[in-house]
Order: sequence, then C-alpha cells, then structure tokens
Amino acid sequence: MANAKGPERTEQRQSTTFRQRLYKWFDVRLGVGSILHEALDEPIPGGARWAYVFGSVLLFLFISQTITGIVLALYYVPSATSAHTTVAYIVKEVTGGSFLRSLHAYGSSAVVIVLLLHLTQTYLYGAYKGRRELLWISGCILLALMLAMAFTGYLLPWDQKAYFATTVGTNMASDVPFVGPWLKRFMRGGDEMGTLTVSRFFVAHVFIIPAVLIGFIATHVYLFRKAGAAGPPSEDPTNPKLPTQRFYPRQVAMDTVVALVMILILGCLAHFAPTELGPKADPADTQYVPRPEWYYLPIFQWLKYWRGPYAIIGIIVIPAITAALLVFVPFIDRRLERRPWRRPIAVGVFVLILGGFVAMGLMSVRDDRRDPSIAKQVAKQHQEVEQFMREPFEPEGAATSLSAPVVVVVDPLVGAGRKVYESESCDACHGENGVGTAAGPKLAGATAQKSAEELSNLLRHPTAKMIEGEMKPVDVSDEDLKALVAYIKSLK
Amino acid sequence: MSAVQRSIERGGNSAAQKSLSRRSFLGVLLGFGTVVMGAALSVPLIRFALHPLLTKTTEIGWSDIGKIDEFASLTTPAKRLIKVEQRDAWRKIISEKAIYVLPPKNGTVRILSPICPHLGCSIPWNETKQEFICPCHVAVFAMDGAKISGPAPRSMDDLESKVEDGTLKVRYQYFRQLIPTKEPLS
Repeated sequence: MANAKGPERTEQRQSTTFRQRLYKWFDVRLGVGSILHEALDEPIPGGARWAYVFGSVLLFLFISQTITGIVLALYYVPSATSAHTTVAYIVKEVTGGSFLRSLHAYGSSAVVIVLLLHLTQTYLYGAYKGRRELLWISGCILLALMLAMAFTGYLLPWDQKAYFATTVGTNMASDVPFVGPWLKRFMRGGDEMGTLTVSRFFVAHVFIIPAVLIGFIATHVYLFRKAGAAGPPSEDPTNPKLPTQRFYPRQVAMDTVVALVMILILGCLAHFAPTELGPKADPADTQYVPRPEWYYLPIFQWLKYWRGPYAIIGIIVIPAITAALLVFVPFIDRRLERRPWRRPIAVGVFVLILGGFVAMGLMSVRDDRRDPSIAKQVAKQHQEVEQFMREPFEPEGAATSLSAPVVVVVDPLVGAGRKVYESESCDACHGENGVGTAAGPKLAGATAQKSAEELSNLLRHPTAKMIEGEMKPVDVSDEDLKALVAYIKSLK
Repeated sequence: MSAVQRSIERGGNSAAQKSLSRRSFLGVLLGFGTVVMGAALSVPLIRFALHPLLTKTTEIGWSDIGKIDEFASLTTPAKRLIKVEQRDAWRKIISEKAIYVLPPKNGTVRILSPICPHLGCSIPWNETKQEFICPCHVAVFAMDGAKISGPAPRSMDDLESKVEDGTLKVRYQYFRQLIPTKEPLS
C-alpha cells in the first residue's frame, strides 16, 4: 500500500495544470472561489428565464451611465455662463462627444424603461411576497432616486428646453404644503433660476444622488440574495420547492445578451440620431413652451387638471396615496398567492395606474398637437434647435469681447488705459489684466494704498528695486499715463 | 481496485468534465462577447478623453492689421494695435497687442514684435535717430530690426504674416528671451 501511494501522488501533481495552480495561488490569497461561488451559484427555483433579466440590465445601465457621466465631466463646467458653451463644445468639437452625450441621455431614458419593466415583472410575478418587504421598498427608493437623477441631469445642458422644463419642475415644488416655497428656493438656490441652480443640480446629480444610489443598489442586491430568487409565480415564495438552476451560466447568459442588445440599440440611436442641444437658455423668452422629458409627461398632464382650491388633492394627496400604495404593497397584499390571475384586485389596481400614466402621456401629446398656437410654437422651437445644431461652435467670450462697445469697461479712461497697458507691453511681464507672471509682480489689487500721483511718479521714475527687477520708466504722454494709472487702479 | 469501480469513476469523471466544459464554453463565449463589446465601447471613450491630444485645442489665430495698400508707401516702421484672438478649448481670449509694420521691400511686408529679445521690454521707434531703442538697457536695432548694439542676444523677432483678400494679417507670438535663437513660447 505504502509503495503504491507514492507514484499515485506524483501523477496527481503532474495532472494539475499551470492554470489550476495559478487559480489556486490567487484563491488562497483572495478567496476568489467563494466570491465566484457567491456571485454565480445563486440557485434559481424553476430555472433561468428571460423575465428575470431586468435587474441585471439595470445594473449594467447604471455602470454605463456612471462611465459616460464621468467622462462628460472632463469637459463640462457647471455654471450658468459656461454650462451651455461646454456642452456645445462637447457636442460640436470634442472627438466622439456627441456620441457619448447621446449615450448618456438615451441611457437615462433606457433606465426609466427598464425600471418600469423590472417593477412590472416583480409586481405581476408577486415577487415582493414572502419576507421581501424591505427588498421591495429599497427598489421603490431606487426608482425615486433614478427619477431624481433624470430630473437633475436634465437641467445641466442649460439650453432653452432644460431651463424652462426645470423652471416648471421646481415651481411644482412650491405647491407642497407648508414648506413648498422654501423647498423651491432651496432647490433653486434663490428665488430665480440661475447659476446657483446649476451648481446645486450638478452636485446633486454627480455627488449626492449617485452616492445614495450606490448604497441602495448594494442594499437591494444584498436583500435579494438574502431572500433568494422568487422563481415563477407558481412557486412558494418562502419555501421554494421547484428544482433549482444556478445563476451561472444560463441566467448570466440571458442577462448578458439583453445587456448587449440594449447597448447596441443605445449605440445605434446615439450614432444615427444623436441627442440635440438647443440654443442657450434665455430667461427673457416669454414665448417658450416648456415640455418635460417623455417620462414626466403623465405627471405634467395630470397637473393641468388641478387648479383652484382643490389643487392640493391632485397635486399632493392623490400622488402621495399612489406612492404609498406602491411602497407598502407588500404589507397590503399579504397572501402568499403569487399567480396574477388569482390576484385580480392587486393586478387590476396596478394595470389601472399604469394605464392612467400611459393615457395621461398620450393626452399630453394629443393636446399639444390639437392646439394650433402650441403646435406652431413647438415647431418653431424645434427649428431653432435644428438651426443651433447647424451653426459652428462659438467659443465663450467671443461675442462680448469682439464688439468693443460691449466690453465691460465703465470708465472710458480705464478703457484707454488698458490700451496703453497692452501697447506698452506691460502685460509681457505683469500679465494679462495685471495678474502677474514669473517675470513681473501682480498689479491687480496691489495699488489700493497708493494715490494716482504716487503711481504716476513710480511709473515715470521706478525705484531702484523696481529697476533691478527690469522695470523700465514708462515713456508715454501725460494723458496716456493718466489713463494707464486709472486702468491699473481699476484692476482688482 | 476492480475494473467496474474504475469504469464508474471514469464515467463519473467524464460526465462532470462534460458539464464543466459546457459551462466553461458558455463562459468563454460570454467573456469574449463582453470583451469585444467593451473594447468597441471604450474606443469612443478613450478618443473622447484624449481629444486635447488628438486635436489642437489652444491656438492663436490670425489677427487683421489693416488693408495692405495702407502700408505700400511706408517709409518708417508703423506701430499698430491688433486684436489677438487666442483659443483655449471652449474659451476665446481677446487682447490688444502692439506690432510694427516695416516699410515694404520688393513688395513684401515684414512685421516685427516690439518685445525686446533681451528682457521683454517694449521697444519704441525713435523717429529722430531712425532706430529702435529699448528704454530698459539701451539695446539698439536698425529699421529692419537687425541688432546694432546693446545687450540683446539677437535681432528683433519677426512675426508670421500673410495677405488675404487685400488684408494684412499676423499671427502674434511671444518668443523666449535671452537666447541667441528665435524660439516661440507655447
């Protein structure tokens, strides 16, 4: 026996390939095996199905939105003066900019669509039953967060459409009882929409909401794994009896196929029908007809019907009840029965609400088409967008500084002084607008202590220390010197 | 070990191997698909991020000086203020700079930068002496900008110019100081 064992062991040793040994080396140190087991061997009662792909596809879309969002931030500046220019720069100048922005914009619509599909599937399959209340509620929170992402992201391009849609959106907040007006001002960063609104929406869109989102996605996935896959509607939600199949490979394959199809569709849309950017927001435009993104149209239409003293019912009470119904459905519909045809009330209410949403959206579109003045204005707005897209990129600062009268120089003497400053090449050492360079000190704000006479004298007769630093006496007419001094004193 | 036992073991082994190979085949297929898709998607991402390296995003454009006819009869250098337009990605910076237009020779017009190659002072044209004299350290240059005397390491710097539709244009630039060769600062 002892003799036989020796050769057997060496045989085993030789049969372990390099790959297996490499895997083992990492597994011992990282525990990849247990992670992979945890991630891929999740049992699915009744086996893999195409109906279960939406959760994974949402995760995939979230990653895609994160990556495209991060790269878009390479060129985007969140301020009312620069937001529109930088987005126009991305769309019209940056390599692949229009494609990536479109991928991000269409991606947000895709998230909403897949979210609705995920919600509908979970609801119809009764997959919120069987100790899955927290899982369902975390999903509802994720829905709200994703809608908040869509709302905050919509403003960032600061074009007409974004500006006016968000004006309406934030105005709606003021209908909230008690805190409404305060809430509106909080969102806008003041009474009016402006540069602070862009900052706030940017911070919410890029830092705060994503951070909360990631936390809730992790919670949602954890709770899902904790409760286990619910399986088909015929399955017992707490004690599954159907034979199981592991998550990998079949379900993973289905999820991946749908995710790839999804990105293919988004890619084609982004390439062949890129998202457009309209002209820069013009708050003075009184003609503009604002319309929200398609997924907010039902709410937009709904609010039209609620005016006057009962508005509070339509704007607050009914939406609040609907939201509460959705969030607390696992506590209301408590039977373990999952088959939709045995849950006529639950399914009926859901179909009614969903149908109501679709109807509201369609009515909004129909209303706009029927009203000739609105149809005309919408067509005009569309033309303006097309026109703007055709125009070449206009860099920031071009419009104001090219035409001399627009230059913000209040005092003509200061303007003349600036000319002297530049023609005497003072800027060669002291920098543009006296900001200072390595060769010469900063002038801006450094001359407050000195009187105009002192400054004139210094310019005509530099001190020894100034001469040492290569400052030359300024040789211009008295008139020009006066202007130059006025200009230098105006630098802040 | 009996033959039967061995065959069971072998059989069991091959069944496990079969299911394993089917799993890993799908895995490889998925992995391959994902990698190809990821690579295809990363192309626009990388191109987007590398845009400033692929195309010039900062540029000084051509500035108009005036109609070329204006300078045909020049006998001494004429100082002109030009608007220099500088692109910095999505920003445009416009500033005013001084340049000298030299009297044309054989129909060509030269443009000089007024900045002294010594230490960067602005050099005025001295009408009485018919020379460029730098007020800082008395570097002296001839009417064509050639160095005559003083501490300047080289002659005054020429600026790139062209005539388009009868308009004289110049591309403004700064040059490194204190070196004998003309080397543009980017």
